[in-house]
Amino acid sequence: MLTVLLLLWPLAAALLLHFFKGRAARVAALGAALIEFVLAAYAAVLFSNNNTGQLSFNHDWIASAGINFHVGMDGLSLLLVLLTAFLVPIILLASFRRNFENESVFYALVLFMQTGLIGVFTAQDAFLFYFFWEIALIPIYFLAGVWGGVNRSRVTFKFFLYTIVGSLFMLAGFVYLYFQTGPAANGLAAHNSELASFYNLNLPAETQSWLFWLIFAAFAVKMPIFPFHTWQPDTYTEAPAPATMLLSGIMLKMGIYGTMRWLLPVVPMGVNQWQNLVLILSIIGIIYGAIIAIRQQDMKRLIAYSSLSHVGLMAAGVFSLTQIGLQGASIQMLAHGVNVVGMFFIVDAIERRTGTRLIPDLGGLTRQAPVLTVCFLVLLLGTVALPLTNGFVGEFLLLAGVYQYNAWMGAVAGVTIILGAVYLLRMFQRVMLGPDSAHTATFTDLTGSELALLVPLIMLVFWIGLFPNTFLHLSEGSVMSILNEVVKR
Amino acid sequence: MNSIILLSVLGLANLFLGFLRSNRLLLPAAMLMLAVVFGVNLIDWNAGAQTFFSGMLVIDNFSVAFTGIVVLTALVLLPFSQKYVRDGEANLAEYYSLLLFSLVGAIMMVSYNHLLMLFLGIEILSVAMYVLAGSDKRNLRSNEAALKYFLMGAFFTGVLLFGMALVYGATGTFELTKIGEAVLIPANASLTPMLYIGMLLMLMGIGFKVSAAPFHFWTPDVYEGTPTFFTAFMSTVVKTAGFAAFLKLLVQAFPAASAMGIWLPTLTAMCILTLLIGNVGAVAQTSVKRMLAYSSVSHAGYLLIALVAFNGQLQGASANGIFFYSLAYSIATVAAFGVLKLVSDSRGREDYNGLNGLAKTNPLLAFVMTVAMLSLAGIPLTGGFFGKFFIFSAAVENGYIWLVVFAVVMSMVSIYYYLRPIIAIYMHDADADSAQPVYVSSFQSAALLLLALLTIVLGVLPGLVSGIL
Repeated sequence: MLTVLLLLWPLAAALLLHFFKGRAARVAALGAALIEFVLAAYAAVLFSNNNTGQLSFNHDWIASAGINFHVGMDGLSLLLVLLTAFLVPIILLASFRRNFENESVFYALVLFMQTGLIGVFTAQDAFLFYFFWEIALIPIYFLAGVWGGVNRSRVTFKFFLYTIVGSLFMLAGFVYLYFQTGPAANGLAAHNSELASFYNLNLPAETQSWLFWLIFAAFAVKMPIFPFHTWQPDTYTEAPAPATMLLSGIMLKMGIYGTMRWLLPVVPMGVNQWQNLVLILSIIGIIYGAIIAIRQQDMKRLIAYSSLSHVGLMAAGVFSLTQIGLQGASIQMLAHGVNVVGMFFIVDAIERRTGTRLIPDLGGLTRQAPVLTVCFLVLLLGTVALPLTNGFVGEFLLLAGVYQYNAWMGAVAGVTIILGAVYLLRMFQRVMLGPDSAHTATFTDLTGSELALLVPLIMLVFWIGLFPNTFLHLSEGSVMSILNEVVKR
Repeated sequence: MNSIILLSVLGLANLFLGFLRSNRLLLPAAMLMLAVVFGVNLIDWNAGAQTFFSGMLVIDNFSVAFTGIVVLTALVLLPFSQKYVRDGEANLAEYYSLLLFSLVGAIMMVSYNHLLMLFLGIEILSVAMYVLAGSDKRNLRSNEAALKYFLMGAFFTGVLLFGMALVYGATGTFELTKIGEAVLIPANASLTPMLYIGMLLMLMGIGFKVSAAPFHFWTPDVYEGTPTFFTAFMSTVVKTAGFAAFLKLLVQAFPAASAMGIWLPTLTAMCILTLLIGNVGAVAQTSVKRMLAYSSVSHAGYLLIALVAFNGQLQGASANGIFFYSLAYSIATVAAFGVLKLVSDSRGREDYNGLNGLAKTNPLLAFVMTVAMLSLAGIPLTGGFFGKFFIFSAAVENGYIWLVVFAVVMSMVSIYYYLRPIIAIYMHDADADSAQPVYVSSFQSAALLLLALLTIVLGVLPGLVSGIL
């Protein structure tokens, strides 16, 4: 029931938000998101660490078709629900500094999106999963399309088309799988769409081979994996900062999570067949994203490409099909969420003060803003994967996983750390250090509320970096059971 | 049956109300009448099959369900005729009466058991539509639409009638179930060419009414010229009734394997062609109304998939798919045409740019149009998604995976043109001359909100109506 509450509360809050105007809407939205976080934390307290679905709720949804409203959490789901519930209030707080038109609608869409995201991470029924998967898309389309930059209508159109085409393929795959299942538990329908029934299908290898691409299309676009990524840099750049944070911080994880939950155990033979190809694509993405990031002048675009590079590594870890790789992906989802939201916030903070995010126009900002410099540096080093920070744990495990699969691939993927250091430290150096620019004199340091937003993020950078076991323990059981499903056949 | 009698009587009553020369009274009266008919129709639900006129009409759950859709569609559409009331339209009583009478035709089409009743139903519905298409008497385009629709319609009525005659010649009966039996009698084998030509001519005739390609060519011009209020009626009620009649004909008269061997490939080809022409045609349009006309062709294509996924029954996946799809489609289409009518009444244009900046001036209209477009595109959270879902599932269950893949690709194309109004509404600013809010009465606001709500309810709780057949 708690899971249902986690789903319904942001939705209810989004609807109620229409009664608030202006500043009151911001505060109400933040309050609602904080309550959601408390609920999620309470779920974590109730959660007993074993790998079975917990806090689940199962009710007929479309009884005549055997489709259930079945939600529940295992460790992996909980991890991502916690990430969502933690990041949404931060993202809301981050948008306080900007004045958006129709604020109540803006914040309502963010909360609405939270419902979709939490639904994706908790759904245990294929069609429910698809339902939430698309629900998460609609608000972000409007957030980016209505409040975005100059090219928003063209860019968001491309984004919408890419993602919806991918997810329609996934839907087709699910429909096919659905007709392979046995009768529903309620006895009314000849088939059912439970996750567990999908796991128990023993489909021939040729079928799994094409089903793999149908389902993977949705995840590959969402992550995105090279060469399905072309929507991503433009969308990240044109979307308003809060939407970019939602896209990169949480929505990207839908792809990784979906792969782990709805692809690997469902079509294991298909995965085995295409594993090599996907790993190569992921590694191309890692290098490609990093090299393009080096050339970027726009900070937001630079981080977008770095995000492409990092998600490539996560995908590679997942497709190494090793425990260490999947565990690495789980923890890196958290770490990347924290880091990238923090980085986008800093970029937004700089842009609000100077009116630009072009690296050549900036420089010497540290003289006026020592606190901002420190925060920026911590998040940056987390992204670069310096030991003791969160990025190190994730990337180390991921690379170890890829290395276990194939040493050469591990070596090539490892270049990401070097290239990451190159483009991120260069950006830091030229923006914060370096000769003074026209903006140096008027630049101001972080305000109290901005700091209040960054402190929890920075605390998490170190928490995950120093005590990763808190989180690794949560996902361990889920990862083991996913791998068991994969090797079982 | 009650609903047919009631509608005929109320239609007449409405004509007489016209003598009062009080337009204000007409709209609430017509709505009340339809609400009563809707309620009376539901009385027959689960009452078992009742036959009338020596078995020429059968009222069963199938006909009650589809009658429900067409009456509900007309009911929620009526508020958008308020401008006629305000403008003091002299013939309003006649318009409403024609709408009520045409509903009688639609109900006959969903409950016929005799080809004569089918013919009468189609004609009652169509003749009213010919008149209403030309109701904007001083508008050249409206006249053109009425003339085109009438000439083509009369021609295809002839085709339909010819088909019926041939079927009668081959089987010696007009009754659906008896035709079904006669097809199976081996002694009739020498008559099969005649029977099948008749059958195919009937498919052409009905295909024309539901605007399935290649008999769709009249649709864009007629829809564009017809006053928007009646276009909405045309593209919803006619299509819903047409597909119910189509399904009934195939299930009851031609379920035999030999007949199916002929109509199934024909319908499959029509289905592919309709999806292709509807979706690709809609992409190229600059007028929202024309886009909606092509989109209505494409939706005929999706509904044809349900016929191709034939299961030989008036219940189960195929019938349920048509029922749910028609309902979701009708509601979304009424909403889309409703918004379009209000906008074009106010701003005087029907192209995409006419919708620019609507989000700022009329957030409600913007929201409803968005929900309608998402539903027509089949995005989850709207009824349109489950409509497509049920139809595609029925097709996959019958082994038509390739057809579903094609339909999915076509719905990807459709996202392009359904997003364009949304982009205009939310992302483009209005021109200086059209920055004024569009006039919407509170009554119409309520109706629009109801339509959006219904669409979302269908999209979240499809179990409420899915599977009742």
